[in-house]
Amino acid sequence: MRAAVIVFPGSNCDRDIAVALEQSIGKPTTMIWHQDTDIPSDLDLIVVPGGFSYGDYLRCGAMAAHSPVMREVKRRAEKGMRVLAVCNGFQIVTEAGLLPGVLMRNRGLKYVCKDVHLRVEDSQSAFTAKYKVGDVLRIPIGHAEGNYFADEATLKQLEDEGRVAFRYCTTKGEITDDANPNGSQRNIAGVLNKARTVLGMMPHPERLADKKLGGTDGRAMFEALVETLA
Amino acid sequence: MKAKVHITLKNGVLDPQGKAVEHALHGLGFPDVGGVRQGKYIEVDLPKQKDKTQAKADVEKMCKALLANTVIENFSVEVVD
Repeated sequence: MRAAVIVFPGSNCDRDIAVALEQSIGKPTTMIWHQDTDIPSDLDLIVVPGGFSYGDYLRCGAMAAHSPVMREVKRRAEKGMRVLAVCNGFQIVTEAGLLPGVLMRNRGLKYVCKDVHLRVEDSQSAFTAKYKVGDVLRIPIGHAEGNYFADEATLKQLEDEGRVAFRYCTTKGEITDDANPNGSQRNIAGVLNKARTVLGMMPHPERLADKKLGGTDGRAMFEALVETLA
Repeated sequence: MKAKVHITLKNGVLDPQGKAVEHALHGLGFPDVGGVRQGKYIEVDLPKQKDKTQAKADVEKMCKALLANTVIENFSVEVVD
């Protein structure tokens, strides 16, 4: 499996996710600068990482969504290449139109940085194949704009097609308003595209993918990608 | 020619920043404030453009492509000399 991580000016989780990927893949990950459009042809996975691309100017992710490399990422994604978009990456791919909806300012207006619990809602994608529906994961978040919004028709379509990958929940897996850290509609923390080849999520699986970091709940995502795409 | 662009949240989209400003205004002794919605104002200079209709059409295209996110935002464009 060959993976690459896009680096925008202001990305700051690019190296963390490269380390997490390398642990599971066993070989180095390619880093692609945002102005490069010459993406290796044999890539299996592109990661759009977290951070503050372009200083969050205009709207989070809006500038990065139109950078040269994203046009190429979009083209490849439409051909079925896997795209994992985390945090600011999720904001970028929604702005780019790869996933529906938008990430708005948190309901409480504050930047929230803490571990949250996620209920797994899908195990039918290359990202989630090693989880079981109903599993409860502990994964950190760190964002001020993670409040997922989409119109009712879009939400219904996402639910009908089983494209909500993760929801914020209590430690026991209950979907409650108290367990919702940012006001996301229906506690949505991550969504898939129709082909289940693009996953966007606000929580950071790369931040708990190693025992030394205090947890490994995120690691199964990288291992699932390796098994599926190897 | 210059375009003045107002970007506002659509009705029904929760505006937590506007809500916070509303509460602050109440606290500062303006009890009559019934609601605050926060938006953006952008000026786009078009020094070469002579045609107002064309300028408006161009800036509306810019709004759809980048300046506004039409999932949650409305925009209005006013062109002035």
